[in-house]
Amino acid sequence: MNNSVYRKYSLANVIIGFFLMMFTLACLLPMILMLIVSFTDENEIIRNGYSFFPSRLSLYAYTLMFQKGSSVITGYVISIFITVAGTICAVLITGCAAYALANKNVRYRGALGLFFFIPMVFNAGIVPWYLICTRWGLRNNLWALLIPNLLFSPFNLFLVRNFMSGVPDSLRESATIDGANDALIALRIYFPLSVPVLATVGLFYGLGYWNDWWNAIMLIDTKSLYPVQYLLLQLKSQISMLRDLQYIAGAISITPPSESLKMATAVITIGPIVLLYPFLQRYYVKGLVVGSVKE
Amino acid sequence: MLIIKKCKGFINDVKRNKFSYLIALPAIIYVLIFSYFAYPYMVIAFQRYSYKNHTILGILTKGEWIGLNNFKFFFASNNAFRVTYNTIFLNILFIITGTFTAVLLALLLNETRSVWFVRTSQAIMLFPNYISWIVVCYILMALFSNRFGIVNTMMAKLGIPAINWYTEPEYWPSILVFVRILKGAGMSAVIYLAAIAGIDTSLNEAARIDGANRFQLILNITLPLITPTVVVLTLLSIGKIMFGDFGMIYALVGDNGTLYETTDIIDTYIFRALRQVGDPSQAMAIGLFQSVIGFIMVFGSNRITQLVYPDGALY
Repeated sequence: MNNSVYRKYSLANVIIGFFLMMFTLACLLPMILMLIVSFTDENEIIRNGYSFFPSRLSLYAYTLMFQKGSSVITGYVISIFITVAGTICAVLITGCAAYALANKNVRYRGALGLFFFIPMVFNAGIVPWYLICTRWGLRNNLWALLIPNLLFSPFNLFLVRNFMSGVPDSLRESATIDGANDALIALRIYFPLSVPVLATVGLFYGLGYWNDWWNAIMLIDTKSLYPVQYLLLQLKSQISMLRDLQYIAGAISITPPSESLKMATAVITIGPIVLLYPFLQRYYVKGLVVGSVKE
Repeated sequence: MLIIKKCKGFINDVKRNKFSYLIALPAIIYVLIFSYFAYPYMVIAFQRYSYKNHTILGILTKGEWIGLNNFKFFFASNNAFRVTYNTIFLNILFIITGTFTAVLLALLLNETRSVWFVRTSQAIMLFPNYISWIVVCYILMALFSNRFGIVNTMMAKLGIPAINWYTEPEYWPSILVFVRILKGAGMSAVIYLAAIAGIDTSLNEAARIDGANRFQLILNITLPLITPTVVVLTLLSIGKIMFGDFGMIYALVGDNGTLYETTDIIDTYIFRALRQVGDPSQAMAIGLFQSVIGFIMVFGSNRITQLVYPDGALY
């Protein structure tokens, strides 16, 4: 038997560990840098540039951001609202349609599946999409952030459908014999059994909503409706927004902490993702693997 | 006759499964409005679009047809070749480097015996996958910003003159590949890791009894057995080669015109034609070009998948 495979400190193991460590650090360090810059004193940045070891730290960027009437807080509230409301609706719509596709009594479920599949292969593109959104009044309102693009995805539909198709038919049959109708079977058997996959698509949708700025860049011009991601994109170029914050703080004379404030805003948009990370690791990854490796 | 019979069959089916059809209705209406109603709008590629005349019926009956003029305008400019080339070139770069890194990471993770090390490194390398491209843009600024970026600071310490990364287009394909790998390779590695986990362990055991070493095991068992997954996923990406990642390019490059030479892709070009120039017909012409070539690519790559690995085909 070849025991070298299991030896702990062989040269091969050291090399493997080294490469993995390098990649992991390459992922981690830039994010740490962003976090540190957000806590760095502005004058320090101007003098020495961004650094992992700043000589002076400051919380000023965060106090500016969280003051009353700050556009960042408004954007944060809007993002949270559309994420929560959108995810709930999206999961309901997807779960319900998936049940119809998985219901073996529905004779035309194959045709229905094709109906959802065709747009996945041939998409008309963004121009018709944009014209349709504006035509249906999805412009400069909350609906424009909620409905287009994110509310329903055929990919997620097929993910749930595949899971529900795996529920044994005998469950449906025995429930039917006991006198349960379609609605009761869906509500009492199919949906409770599908909670794991619904959690997965819920995270897909939720992350989609939280990270979205496409709807905002296409359909929103009103500043008060900007979600936090789009605000961040605007912050990249617009100094005026920083001046607004300064003005509210009543601190015109001090150097505007634009660099640390930018990084601080980026940091707080990651916040909810960090909070949900254990769930993401558990359900998101599993769903992605199932979705990409077809049965 | 047959159609009437089919319709009757469908209506009966709906009557029998009222509840199922009823709860599927929101999704059906959504796809009908946003996907199927979108197809007729594609004819504006051959028209001069007017915002006054924006219903489907209006476009089809009262639209001003101008033949292929929108296409001529696009293909006559240098932009047509540039954006098409950039889209395909960047996608090929992403596919090759992304697949290579992901497979390598999966193999390395699979060979590591220390559970806590695998868990921790995986938890870290998956994290960038969840954050938005805009946050990535700020991380990139922390690294490459002309004035404050840590790369320029470090280069100054080593005596190398600073580079204005944000005004030099030739560095950007490499920067984009670098960012793409850090953001996506961890997640793709998980997929390949799942494929490796699906390999029958008795194969490895038998080979080890026959005296194969670790490297031989990887080369002769693991790699050949995950090849189908690699090929299928690669063909799937090749099918999408005409579609660039708008979110990535727009968030990282934005309206920085000096970088367009190497970073401007079809999707960002369409976006500007639609939202900044404000010409839906022109944008639609480019979009139609993209969709048609894109569809041929999807169809072709799926055909190849059907021939090589029938199980992995999309349809």
